[in-house]
Amino acid sequence: MRDCFVRVLCDFAKNDPGIILITGDLGYSVLDEFRTSYPKQFINAGVAEQNMMLVACGMALEGYKVFVYSIANFPTLRCLEMIRNDVAYHNANVKIVSIGAGFSYGALGISHHATEDLAIMRSIPDVKCYSPSSLYEVEECVHSMCNTIGPCYLRLDRDKCQYEEREESFVPGRPRLIRSGEDVALFATGGILSEVIQAATGLQMRGISASVYSVHSFRPVEPSTFARVARSHRLVVSIEEHSTVGGLAGLMLECFAREGLYPYKFLRVGLDECFSSTVGSQKYLRGVYGMDSVSICSRVEKVFRTM
Amino acid sequence: MSAGIDGFERPGDSVQVMDLDSVNLARRVRRHCVRMTSKGGSSHVASCLSAVDIITVLYGKIMRISAENPRASNRDRFILSKGHAGAAVYATLAELGFFDTALLEDHYQDGSLFSGHVSHKGIPGVEVSTGSLGHGLGIAAGMAKAIKLKGGSERVFVVVSDGECDEGSVWESALFAAHHQLDNLVCVIDCNAIQGLAPVSEVLNLEPLSDKWRSFGWVVQEVNGHDHPALVSAFETIPNKVGYPLVCIARTVKGKGVSFMEGKVEWHYRTAKGSDYDRAMDELEDPV
Repeated sequence: MRDCFVRVLCDFAKNDPGIILITGDLGYSVLDEFRTSYPKQFINAGVAEQNMMLVACGMALEGYKVFVYSIANFPTLRCLEMIRNDVAYHNANVKIVSIGAGFSYGALGISHHATEDLAIMRSIPDVKCYSPSSLYEVEECVHSMCNTIGPCYLRLDRDKCQYEEREESFVPGRPRLIRSGEDVALFATGGILSEVIQAATGLQMRGISASVYSVHSFRPVEPSTFARVARSHRLVVSIEEHSTVGGLAGLMLECFAREGLYPYKFLRVGLDECFSSTVGSQKYLRGVYGMDSVSICSRVEKVFRTM
Repeated sequence: MSAGIDGFERPGDSVQVMDLDSVNLARRVRRHCVRMTSKGGSSHVASCLSAVDIITVLYGKIMRISAENPRASNRDRFILSKGHAGAAVYATLAELGFFDTALLEDHYQDGSLFSGHVSHKGIPGVEVSTGSLGHGLGIAAGMAKAIKLKGGSERVFVVVSDGECDEGSVWESALFAAHHQLDNLVCVIDCNAIQGLAPVSEVLNLEPLSDKWRSFGWVVQEVNGHDHPALVSAFETIPNKVGYPLVCIARTVKGKGVSFMEGKVEWHYRTAKGSDYDRAMDELEDPV
């Protein structure tokens, strides 16, 4: 996903000398194309995220479109107050990009697990939040970010959904239909979508037909889409490599409440109010925390059969 | 001329150094500060009074600005990083004609735009809102970097407090500004020697402060922060040294101008009421 992001950003920078890319001393070799093509528009701010975000804000207030790049929780939680007071409150044109959603850097340990970022970032007013699942969506999200003025957050995953389903096109804020079914609606965000598609196939073999949606935008968001889908399925499921508090599950419940809808059954798959202190690869940790394709399939089936 | 991101120069807006009697301006601003904080029942009057001379010298004698066009593209930028001295900035801007002085009566009132910590929303002339310490220098550095990239000649001034230098982010920004040779950036430290609960030397000693900034790669000027000619001469030549940001360590007295507030920790929070208020206003008598 990160290579795709850099490629798209380079395309934009070709025609826009106002694009600045600031890294917090991360992105070894990944950012080379941008750095060598646009050396004046590239800044390594060093291992100092608070100042990195302040500088980004200052440059944005001077008219630049500033992308800030780092990994895991460093460009979000580490400098959260700078994002809230400075970037967001001043509507500064700063685009925060973090690579390492969820367990992307699983074996590096808890410091590198980004499992609360969406909940926190989307609680800040005016910050647009994107969480793409595939390269197609990354491209669309970056386009959308480049074409809006104001703060944005882009959550990039190390994993990407392998199924490049493009039947339904990308509309900011609208959950994208990946696969159509009748009984169960599975909403996923980020690279974990590939696990969800596999789980849907598994459910099919067990006689349960599942729709699959990719939730690539947390703000803007269309509550009506969630409500419409919930009304036409018996069971609604949220799947996220993120805390179930305030992330996709929280977003969906807020949308249902706004639409006056209370789904009969709502299953939340994600990190359930605990720290992910186990060591392991992204794939391994998804298994441990019940969000790999096999776990999703069996958890959904269990709830569905008891309805 | 003012430079754009696209590399094309445009005719700049009309800006100028106001060249006012900054001593008289400072006296008027001090009276506003005492009245505003008293009426609003707000804290930080002593923090305002220590910074008044710095702020009025910058606005009255140094910065190229326009009250008619506060967002003039070629204006010098000013950030009050010690946002709790907001009343001093509001009062200075009002005195300079950025908005009506009558609006200062709104300070700290319900439904007002004039929050205790300086706010930019709806207030002409305020660049950014601050209040949490350790933010202003980094934003100023970003602005200075952007201006250099555009090829502009505007300068960026930021006022921080000595207590604020406890914040690690100040030092991150200090590293950045020196590394990027931001000689269009001027940081003024209002060293009134007192912070929230006690003297700075007792809470978290900063000295030798000049040496610290010098070792971070800044040009350092140490001045009496109430001496207007000394302040003017500190800011007269910018860049002071090509390729180096300038820090002006302004030694000040907390509560300057009101004898019973001077150097007293409690006036970081107290509000002048009743006889205290009358005495303070007497001491800060109207300029002739």
